[in-house]
Amino acid sequence: MKVLVPIKRVIDYNVKVRVKPDHSNVDLANTKMAINPFCEIAVEEAVRLKEAGVATEIIAISIGDKSCQEQLRTALALGADRAIQIDTDESLDALNIAKLLQKVVEEEQPQLVILGKQSIDSDNNQTGQMLAALTGMPQGTFASVVKVDGDKVNVTREVDGGLQTVALNLPAIVTTDLRLNEPRYASLPNIMKAKRKPLVVKPAADFGLNLTARTKLLKVTPPAERQAGIVVESIDELVEKLKNEAKVIS
Amino acid sequence: MSILVIAEHDNISLKAETLKTVNAAQKIGGDITLLVTGFNCQNVVDAASKVNGVSKVLVADNAAYEHQLAENVSLLVTELAGDFEHILATALTTGKNFMPRVAALLDVAQISDIIDVESSDTFVRPIYAGNAIATVQSLDNKKVITVRTTGFDAVATDGNAEIINLDTVTDAGISSHVSDELTVSERPDLGAASVVISGGRGMQNGDNFKLLDGIADKLGAAIGASRAAVDAGFVPNDMQVGQTGKIVAPDLYIAVGISGAIQHLAGMKDSKVIVAINKDPEAPIFQVADYGIVADLFDALPELESKL
Repeated sequence: MKVLVPIKRVIDYNVKVRVKPDHSNVDLANTKMAINPFCEIAVEEAVRLKEAGVATEIIAISIGDKSCQEQLRTALALGADRAIQIDTDESLDALNIAKLLQKVVEEEQPQLVILGKQSIDSDNNQTGQMLAALTGMPQGTFASVVKVDGDKVNVTREVDGGLQTVALNLPAIVTTDLRLNEPRYASLPNIMKAKRKPLVVKPAADFGLNLTARTKLLKVTPPAERQAGIVVESIDELVEKLKNEAKVIS
Repeated sequence: MSILVIAEHDNISLKAETLKTVNAAQKIGGDITLLVTGFNCQNVVDAASKVNGVSKVLVADNAAYEHQLAENVSLLVTELAGDFEHILATALTTGKNFMPRVAALLDVAQISDIIDVESSDTFVRPIYAGNAIATVQSLDNKKVITVRTTGFDAVATDGNAEIINLDTVTDAGISSHVSDELTVSERPDLGAASVVISGGRGMQNGDNFKLLDGIADKLGAAIGASRAAVDAGFVPNDMQVGQTGKIVAPDLYIAVGISGAIQHLAGMKDSKVIVAINKDPEAPIFQVADYGIVADLFDALPELESKL
């Protein structure tokens, strides 16, 4: 079965983001970029499905300018078979991303689409669910276990109260949570091999979609800074402060 | 304007977070309708009808909605959407699951995790794990929004809304519920507790989390954990506080053996008072703590318990 894995290029999770002085957006100039951590887990899950003989082909896809080919090569080095870059200079809303992915799903007919549950830049947590709606597929979001069983996939989801397992008819959408797997590191031979794997570029304009922005970013500001407090010397002092100064315990 | 708020519940009780989402709806301004989708959820409906500021409670009580399957709930919400300019859900795992599906079916964008309302079309939300705050304007005629409840106070519950039972059942028939493994606890919910005590990697193992029990009992606190503690298998995932876990803002947050990684801070830095107990004086958690104590937690916790 064919597995499609959409991935996103984002700021490296170790880098602390800075807001531009004019508050127009965050400043990503000369910032280290990487594959979104949840997307990396999605690639890993697809590769494990292939190693288990469940998946036959893994297609990685990313939407953005030429620079996201770097992350597609990472996905290829991790085990994806081929890659598609949908080329655009625009920063698209999740809905428009989902519409482009819908077109690719129609063309490629994957049985499973695995995405990260959210990207660590916009923190929207939308694309997988939107793609599921547009394609009419069921969704297993925030997955911690994925088991393909005949024409169904069982997905165990991390929910507020604990874990919930749902059975979904295939084809289906899965979005990954942190504990689904621990992604491997790409080996040097695989990084070299990835350079020769096919990567197709398709202009976003060729899909015939109206990709007008539905939201407008008015400003981006730094969060209110929390002032560091005091270091107390003893538990007695701590309890006294909490009672009499902060008044949060009685 | 009219606003639809989808109630968050477990078929037994209405979650306190719903009261905060209704507050967000009041800030937008308009006639507020609460939707309860569930199964055998009469208690929830009764509680929903008492939420202040709500004029009507729509009830879809059917087996198709028992487990809040996104495929089924989103179809119902989409069907009802015609009458509303704003559709709001709480940004907990249920709302996060079905709401983007609603937005896509309505062909509108979703504004996720709002922490403030500037006007009926402009909202404030954290991005980059809370390291930047974005003000976003929706250009769609219908607004689909999830609300991060730490940004809003709960409304009171002495209202008296009209209850309307819906006949429509929307069952997509493409997904089914298999099982739940829910953590049973006598303690308050993490999202609703006024005191939270969390353990991190410094707890060393799951057994040591028992050291937090006595303190939690005395303070009526919920117990949380850092991602490191959950990833290490000390405690289950539903205890995780952080950017991708639960976002909390209690009156008092006690971080024990937690270094203070960015993604953990994103889940608790709006707490009113933060206490850090850590043996490493350089731990970043001390930069956000109101009161820090540099101590071995295995000494500090029993002493704290005895002195409360």
